[in-house]
Amino acid sequence: MSTSVWLIPAFPLAGALLNMVFGRFTGHRAHWIAVPAVGASFVTACTVFARVARGETFTGPLFSWIVAGDFEAPATVHVDALSAVMLLAVTGVGFLIHLYSAGYMHGDPGFARYFAYLNLFLFSMTMLVLAGNFLVLYVFWEAVGLCSYLLIGFWYTRKSASDAGKKAFIVNRVGDFGFGLGVMWLWTALGTLEYREVFASVGNLAPPTATAIALLLFMGACGKSAQLPLHTWLPDAMEGPTPVSALIHAATMVTAGVYMVARSHALFERSGTALEVVAWVGVATAVFAATVGLIQPDIKRVLAYSTVSQLGYMFAAVGLGAYAAGIFHLVTHAFFKALLFLGAGSVIHGMQGEQDLRKMGGLAPRMMTTTITMTIGGIGLAGVPWITAGFFSKEEILSAALGGRRYVILALLLLGAALTTFYTFRLLFLAFFTDPRMSREVARHVHESPAVMTVPLVALAVLTLVTGWVVGIPSDKGTTVFARFLAPVFPVHEGHHGGALLLVLSFLVVGIGIAAAVSLYKLGPVRADAVSQPRTPLHALLLNAWYFDKLYDRVIVRPLYALSVFSAQAIDLGVIDGIVNGLGRAVVAWAGAFRHLQTGYIVNYALTMLAGAVVIVGFLLAR
Amino acid sequence: MIGLVSLVVFLPAAGALALAFVPRRAEGVQRWGALGAALLAFVASLALWFGFDGATADYQFEEIVGWMPTFGISYHVGVDGISILLVLLTTFLSPIALGSAWRAIEERTKEFVIAMLVLETGMLGVFVSLDLFLFFVFWEAMLVPMYFIIGVWGGAQRIYAAIKFVLYTMVGSALMLVAILALYYQHGASTGTFTFDVPTIARWVMPPGTAQMLMFLAFALAFAIKVPLFPFHTWLPDAHVEAPTAGSVILAGVLLKMGTYGFLRFCLPLFPDASVSAAGLVFALAIVGIVYGAWVSTVQPDLKKLVAYSSVSHLGFVMLGLFTFTPQGLAGGVIQMINHGLSTGALFLMVGMIYERRHTRLIDDFGGLWQVIPAFSALFLIVSLSSLGLPGLNGFVGEFLILVGAFQVSGWLAAIATTGIIFAAVYLLWMYQRVVFGEVRHEANRGLVDLTPREWAVLVPVLVFIVWIGVYPTTFTGKTQASIDALIAQVQSKASVALAR
Repeated sequence: MSTSVWLIPAFPLAGALLNMVFGRFTGHRAHWIAVPAVGASFVTACTVFARVARGETFTGPLFSWIVAGDFEAPATVHVDALSAVMLLAVTGVGFLIHLYSAGYMHGDPGFARYFAYLNLFLFSMTMLVLAGNFLVLYVFWEAVGLCSYLLIGFWYTRKSASDAGKKAFIVNRVGDFGFGLGVMWLWTALGTLEYREVFASVGNLAPPTATAIALLLFMGACGKSAQLPLHTWLPDAMEGPTPVSALIHAATMVTAGVYMVARSHALFERSGTALEVVAWVGVATAVFAATVGLIQPDIKRVLAYSTVSQLGYMFAAVGLGAYAAGIFHLVTHAFFKALLFLGAGSVIHGMQGEQDLRKMGGLAPRMMTTTITMTIGGIGLAGVPWITAGFFSKEEILSAALGGRRYVILALLLLGAALTTFYTFRLLFLAFFTDPRMSREVARHVHESPAVMTVPLVALAVLTLVTGWVVGIPSDKGTTVFARFLAPVFPVHEGHHGGALLLVLSFLVVGIGIAAAVSLYKLGPVRADAVSQPRTPLHALLLNAWYFDKLYDRVIVRPLYALSVFSAQAIDLGVIDGIVNGLGRAVVAWAGAFRHLQTGYIVNYALTMLAGAVVIVGFLLAR
Repeated sequence: MIGLVSLVVFLPAAGALALAFVPRRAEGVQRWGALGAALLAFVASLALWFGFDGATADYQFEEIVGWMPTFGISYHVGVDGISILLVLLTTFLSPIALGSAWRAIEERTKEFVIAMLVLETGMLGVFVSLDLFLFFVFWEAMLVPMYFIIGVWGGAQRIYAAIKFVLYTMVGSALMLVAILALYYQHGASTGTFTFDVPTIARWVMPPGTAQMLMFLAFALAFAIKVPLFPFHTWLPDAHVEAPTAGSVILAGVLLKMGTYGFLRFCLPLFPDASVSAAGLVFALAIVGIVYGAWVSTVQPDLKKLVAYSSVSHLGFVMLGLFTFTPQGLAGGVIQMINHGLSTGALFLMVGMIYERRHTRLIDDFGGLWQVIPAFSALFLIVSLSSLGLPGLNGFVGEFLILVGAFQVSGWLAAIATTGIIFAAVYLLWMYQRVVFGEVRHEANRGLVDLTPREWAVLVPVLVFIVWIGVYPTTFTGKTQASIDALIAQVQSKASVALAR
């Protein structure tokens, strides 16, 4: 098992290095290296998955990485049911998106660079999932952040793109500030960072310490997974190429926070408070981001806020202790959200780069495959009962809230679900089914995407349709195949499943959402300017995402900048250098005076010794 | 027979001496000869490295020759697990610095390469001296070539910068000399042996009290200026901006380490009580330096100044680590000295490369470089990421260990210092964005030439170690561990013995 495990990250790493070093030669053929590399990685992941399904696990150190005194951090990998599921999702979705990219990025001057970054990301993400201790996790936690930075700013000549990349990196660093401190505290408290040893000994942590450590780690998760209040980078990250948004900023990297909390559930459980915080941050983010998604004019921004919101659902799940449900939603979301982003990419591709929903409409007849697959994705996101996996996974989360008698959380999650349904169908209507609103020139050129792009769409649509039916149907005891597979990692809770009540509620919220969308957008022609106009303060609030960016700019960015300027000018040049130059002039004058008395060549030493002696004597006299 | 350590130390000086007899017109001979001498020193130092036993904390390759026996002064050199790394760093960076000056220095080449070689001998001497007098001689001797490198081959304000550099340093060394003499007499009076020998004095337990504190402060001031510890840092931006690239590389890469090395070699073992009681003050200055250096760095319009202030921040981390008196903090501090030498050295090299092409260092004069010189831009990115402590590259290992060490002292201390890594991302990525991303805004930048083979040759070795230390630091920490453990044990036992009295 150990060899095949290492091959999973090794293939994409090799691909990345080849395209980096020989990019000049691989050029527009870069995908011939990158796509098979991920394909091979996926096949290997499948074999590893099969072995884990038979009950094998694997933990192994590769080499001793950092050693200092009693601090020892070997580079360890750990494979169990949870990592196997994650690996499969990451490499599988990753492969489809690599394939799609070969078409989407065709002709871009940075083609080889793009695939080098994308392979590097896949390497880092698989390593993140494979990590067997917190330090290795931290390393690849930042490495995926680097890939995200590089790919958001891929079209680096656009200032908005390089701004967005920088913002993503820095906001994530703020989260990692907490994450890093959490890791340090963990080691200081327990003397180890290995998962197995840490989770076996969390009982030795006093609950307040466990709370503090867990919350610090969760701060990192808030950054990585774009939860309140560190969510602001993700919508901007849409500056990157659309397949990147699908892979990194929807399906995989942003779910790392959920994975981390689920992985560390023993630690979070040691502190009930921390789990409670996770749940509430998740719920708040789920509803907040859904409200913002209601009104965005940019198709990718709708999906971005939707991702923030869905990640909130996942955190709500793990915060409620329903870890398997959280991970299940992570996986189904990876399918349908990747599908939606790739579909959006197909639309953008077919409309020569247009992302504005106000200028779309009536695309259905011209882009049948995209329309059908994206509608399936939308149904998955909205969680329309029975049809897709999105329903089953969301149902698991809601049922956890219901079973735990957390009615306020349940109500808020249902509210979020209604909002989700509304913005999803709004998006579908505005893009595909309302009357066309684009210019004649654009309309003439609208076309379906090539097969290399539509095949991944179809594959993801099939996954979205069948996953729920295969592994997501609760048994009599209320557990799913998916949850039972993860049982070695997360203890299975039997018995409380929502049943009929929840189903009725689901029908209700989905019905309300669809009805609202139909009444606003489908009935009658839609005027372009009516789609996202800040008619009232409420509209403006939502359109500006509750003014978080403005707030941070005023309260953090600008004051810090002013402080920096003050430090550089007033303190450094003014005060410190002022004193130094003053002293310097005094010394020069003093030395000049002495030069008249002394002409010897050991002036330097004599002077300096004298100066020193004077100071020492001064000290002694003053005492 | 001359010992290996002496061979390494004096090879560059011997080269300088030989070159003195070469006519100044033969610039090629001067350049190649100097590079050859520096490379020979590097090869000789590799013999030291491979012959060094990391399992023991003892001084190795020791050489003791009586020099002025009446005063207890001897030529005593040797390396331990801490100095060996710095010796290697010096011999590694010196040929690279010479290589970087191949085209940049066109006037007085002969004097320049001689100054560089003499400087190298001076720096190596500081790291291997085990006699306080000998140490002081090297410490002062090194000032002279550096003074000329800044003052002769520097920029417009070079004289101001050179004088500021020398005066700052002299203030510190003056007090240090007094302290060395005081230490000599105190030790002699107490033990009957009048000697400048460092290991001998280090075995003596000095009584705690004002005298120890004053001596500590005198040494500490000299070293703090070199580090530079806030608020003694303002010589650094001027010296860096005015110095030629090779000077900046050596200044940042090696010279600053003399300060931190001085704390490790002299302050901690000789004045343990004072060190322990001054830790709070050092922490305060270190974390102010970390945060303040980063802030000031953010708003610098000049690339070299930006990198110079980032050194204040990075060296703050080193100081923080050293004074935690924990194995992690010290190991991190030592490895971070090397990291800073590599990362900041490489940053200065690369800034120098675009300066040679454009004769400007202002960030606003660049922009869109990736379109024109992608290879340069990609390497510049790696170096910037190394400097901001990205895991997988060298900077992370040092910073993380330092912070783990700091955390054991106080969570709040670690927390404040950790903000420094957020700010590091801010100033480096913002700088990088303005220089490399965007459209080409200045016509002059369109014709830039990408890295030349010579520049590749200068950068690749540094990058190799940037990755090596990031991925497998054990190669280097393995050599230091024993010395660090011994140092901590020494500080703790002496401090406690003194307290017990």
